[in-house]
Amino acid sequence: MKPLELAEETLVVIESDADIVAARMRGRALASQMGFPPTLATLVATAISELARNILLYAGRGEVVLTPVERGGRRGLAVMARDEGPGIPDIARAMEDGYSTSGRLGLGLPGVRRLVDEFEITSHLGQGTTVTVKKWLG
Amino acid sequence: MQVPILKQGPFLIATIQSALTDADIVELRDALVDQVGRYRARGVIIDVTSLDVLDSFATGTLRDVAQMVRLRGAETVIVGIQPDVAFAMVHMGLSLEGVTTTLDLEEGLAYLTRGSKVAPGR
Repeated sequence: MKPLELAEETLVVIESDADIVAARMRGRALASQMGFPPTLATLVATAISELARNILLYAGRGEVVLTPVERGGRRGLAVMARDEGPGIPDIARAMEDGYSTSGRLGLGLPGVRRLVDEFEITSHLGQGTTVTVKKWLG
Repeated sequence: MQVPILKQGPFLIATIQSALTDADIVELRDALVDQVGRYRARGVIIDVTSLDVLDSFATGTLRDVAQMVRLRGAETVIVGIQPDVAFAMVHMGLSLEGVTTTLDLEEGLAYLTRGSKVAPGR
């Protein structure tokens, strides 16, 4: 028998606005399962909602991958949002409050960064964008 | 229609009962703005008690509703924002500035009734 996998991935394909809801529900369920209190699970769910919407808005299609992680005895939840969209021409600017090329609030990425403990973004023009965030428990 | 809109006296009450997609929220916005005119409503209450996430799109659209309803001559009250949701919104930097919020439906009705000469539900 195979040993139990500690970190199992949950993948949610994002290609419609119903998938945004599905992704944040899966994220909240997973966070709760891992022992995140409701307040922190809500931060995670809200971050997932923003990241999933960015995928839909800017790339049209992509995926959100949820993975339980562990570091130095601490447990956490990693959320990776990746797409093969046009990429972000100016990441520094995209991280500024109030900046948006979509005409919406422009609070997406800087807002997400404030919801989580770790935030990483890589983007290549014409190849896509990957945002990985982590929220630690305790 | 995902969100039932109830007419109570001069007020419209929209009670959100489950998670909404972006399209659902936009549909709710348009329905409310339309019905304010059709029923000559003085006030609109949106009950978000059951929502476990209010992200930038939902917050922005609720703010749009309030502004559009105001331009139509009525007032909007958002009721029932949960503590965890409020916490996440503040963390993110989202606000409903300029929009009236109350603890629950009862408070929301009391707020609107104060400003209205017609009692609700009559």
